[in-house]
Amino acid sequence: MDYKPIRKVVSGNYAAAYAVKHARVQVVAAYPITPQTSIIEKIAEFIANGEADIQYVPVESEHSAMAATIGASATGARAFTATAAQGLALMHEMLHWASGSRLPIVMVDVNRAMAPPWSVWDDQTDSLAQRDTGWMQFYAENNQEVYDGVLMSYKVAEQVNVPIMVVESAFILSHTYDVVEMIPQELVDEFLPPRKPLYTLTDFDNPISVGALATPNDYYEFRYKLAKAHEEAKEVIKKVGREFGERFGRDYSSMIETDHVDDADFVFMGMGSLMGTVKQAVDILRSEGYKVGYAKVRWFRPFPKEELKEIAESVKGIAVLDRNFSFGQEGILFNEAKGALYGTGAEPLIKDYIVGLGGRDFTVPDVKAIAEDMKRLIEKGELDREVDWYHLKR
Amino acid sequence: MEIPESVKKRLTLPAEEHFYAGHTACQGCGASLGLRYVLKAYGKKTIVTIPACCSTIIAGAWPYSTLDANLFHTAFETTGAVISGIEAALKALGYKVKGEDGVMVVGWAGDGGTADIGLQALSGFLERGHDAVYIMYDNEAYMNTGIQRSGSTPYGAWTTNTPGGKKHFLEKRHKKKVIDIVIAHEIPYAATASDAYPEDFIRKLKKAQNTPGPSFIQLFAPCPTGWRSPTDKSIEIARLAVQTAYFPLFEYENGKYKINMPSTKKEPKPIEEFLKYQGRFKYMTKEDIQILQEWVNHEWERLQKLAEVFG
Amino acid sequence: MNTLFGEKKEGATKIVLTKADEYPEAPVSIGTTLSNFTGDWRTFIPVIDDDKCVKCYICWKFCPEPAIYIRDDGYVAVDYDYCKGCGICANECPTKAITMEKEEK
Repeated sequence: MDYKPIRKVVSGNYAAAYAVKHARVQVVAAYPITPQTSIIEKIAEFIANGEADIQYVPVESEHSAMAATIGASATGARAFTATAAQGLALMHEMLHWASGSRLPIVMVDVNRAMAPPWSVWDDQTDSLAQRDTGWMQFYAENNQEVYDGVLMSYKVAEQVNVPIMVVESAFILSHTYDVVEMIPQELVDEFLPPRKPLYTLTDFDNPISVGALATPNDYYEFRYKLAKAHEEAKEVIKKVGREFGERFGRDYSSMIETDHVDDADFVFMGMGSLMGTVKQAVDILRSEGYKVGYAKVRWFRPFPKEELKEIAESVKGIAVLDRNFSFGQEGILFNEAKGALYGTGAEPLIKDYIVGLGGRDFTVPDVKAIAEDMKRLIEKGELDREVDWYHLKR
Repeated sequence: MEIPESVKKRLTLPAEEHFYAGHTACQGCGASLGLRYVLKAYGKKTIVTIPACCSTIIAGAWPYSTLDANLFHTAFETTGAVISGIEAALKALGYKVKGEDGVMVVGWAGDGGTADIGLQALSGFLERGHDAVYIMYDNEAYMNTGIQRSGSTPYGAWTTNTPGGKKHFLEKRHKKKVIDIVIAHEIPYAATASDAYPEDFIRKLKKAQNTPGPSFIQLFAPCPTGWRSPTDKSIEIARLAVQTAYFPLFEYENGKYKINMPSTKKEPKPIEEFLKYQGRFKYMTKEDIQILQEWVNHEWERLQKLAEVFG
Repeated sequence: MNTLFGEKKEGATKIVLTKADEYPEAPVSIGTTLSNFTGDWRTFIPVIDDDKCVKCYICWKFCPEPAIYIRDDGYVAVDYDYCKGCGICANECPTKAITMEKEEK
């Protein structure tokens, strides 16, 4: 069957809801939090209209949302949940439980700033603060990538048995409408067949226990298995991303999407919707004679060390845009990138720009100003400082 | 070797075992006995969840399991939520849940993981109406972490964080009435049970199996280690708890209360009978015992009135 | 062979893994606790006097392991591989057919 996309004008949240429907998710257990609410509202609407056959569990907190999703996934169903900021933080304990149980859960996290002070706006600290929980992380640049990301994530997760969070920006994506090309159900079914669980709680003749106490003699090996799964997932991600491109015309075969790296003095590196702004600015800057490119990190976990090294070897500088911060250290993407490049011989000038925290607007003029700064520093051959709180009022 | 049919007919409990020996429960453990009964009632077509508690260890360290049934270990506060998710998944996958030939989903949690940290998830499970059974085995403290008090610890009980000391013991709070909190959710079936009356417990388990919606059973499960009682007295203590009306056995079914034991036609045994084997009560003075007796009297009278009005 | 677990007891072995490859991908159980003979926990050992036994099976009912099984002649026996010597059976037996004796080791 030829791929004839169904174009809809939807918000990022609705795109996620449609992907959940098309992925034939069987159980959704979720708790409302701004700005995730319209995901679960749309899913409920699909169920009420008979468009989706999903067991919907309106749990009483996010911790219970993840616990119930884990129970459903362990039983063998394809399960989904969504949350943001405080909710994600509340389910932190259970994120570990999902990955340790090797369950292919997909969750949409709407990147939102952590309180206090209260904020509902775009900020990456909430998802990045969970980077050690064993979950893979995919950052969507636009509503299309939210839709595509959920579909691909089920395929990847169910192959490597690692849960995945698909991350989208608060309001900028979650509530902003854009054209999304959706895939007809039959073609999604071909791409994403029914789940074959690693284990199930429904074999009553050969019962198992899952997650019992493991002494120091055994625990270590299970952690290694999860680590190995993340490493092996890199090839699976690329393979599934390539397959997605072949079937549906949108290629995701690289973990870092790049452009103009080969003839750039420096690249902008970042994740999520802010890279959409960067792409716009890069076109303008190039037309003005700047030798710049971009490296959009799609997958933060597993961390794409190998692709990063290739990029770093081709440029003199990397301007990392962190819409997040790890207190007592520095911006998280910056810190991880530096760590990944250590010892590889690739040593461009890398500077950390802390931008847009709590939803402060990150604009094309901001990108241009940063370009100016990087250009000056590269000419000088050294950084003035490593971390620049770019948006600070001074 | 098989149990002869003529014997099976005379047994008052199902003959088959689905609980393996070789587990590491303490000698005389009421929790292990309770889980043995649950599995006798429900058999292999069961999915059990266990949060952090003594049963986590009793159920067997990896790679061994002590249950002849599927078991999902889960985090401390999550029992109500995990069984909700499992039930939803079974329905999504087309399984029949509850009923004679359905899959039984059982949340087996201690008093700590239910009355305290697990209360929210339990409430959510009850309120949403899932077809599963939640069993709180009540040994009246956080035993797995070494005997710390829980909301279910009774007045006067020694625990490691309500110890007896030169000034006085610290547990001046009465037992949290979890069964009343559960009944406030107006679920179709709730009951109390005791290890000393396994036929009654299994009858209630069966009733829970055949009553759609959420079911809850609070099982009185003595702990010789935490109660400082002789290991051979566990069943006797579980019996005395009922006979003194400290832990009466009753059912709440579709809005109606029915008292099973002790008999309402005569005075329950004095509370000293329940206390006598248990070292955890040694710090109580005569006044303290009187306070506990008055609490028992008050609760017992209240329960009888409820049974009269809503019987 | 006891009637509680029968062949499952025979088939239960200690599992020792020496290579990461031998481990399952997820922490899923491989065997049962039947390979763990808790009989060595005992200080006191139950002794059953068949002459006093009335085959009420109360001991079988209340054993927390369970380590008391019903023989094919209808009397009960203790599986001393598992019995921890808690004494519940002796305490509950209505005819005092079970006595707890200090075990010689």
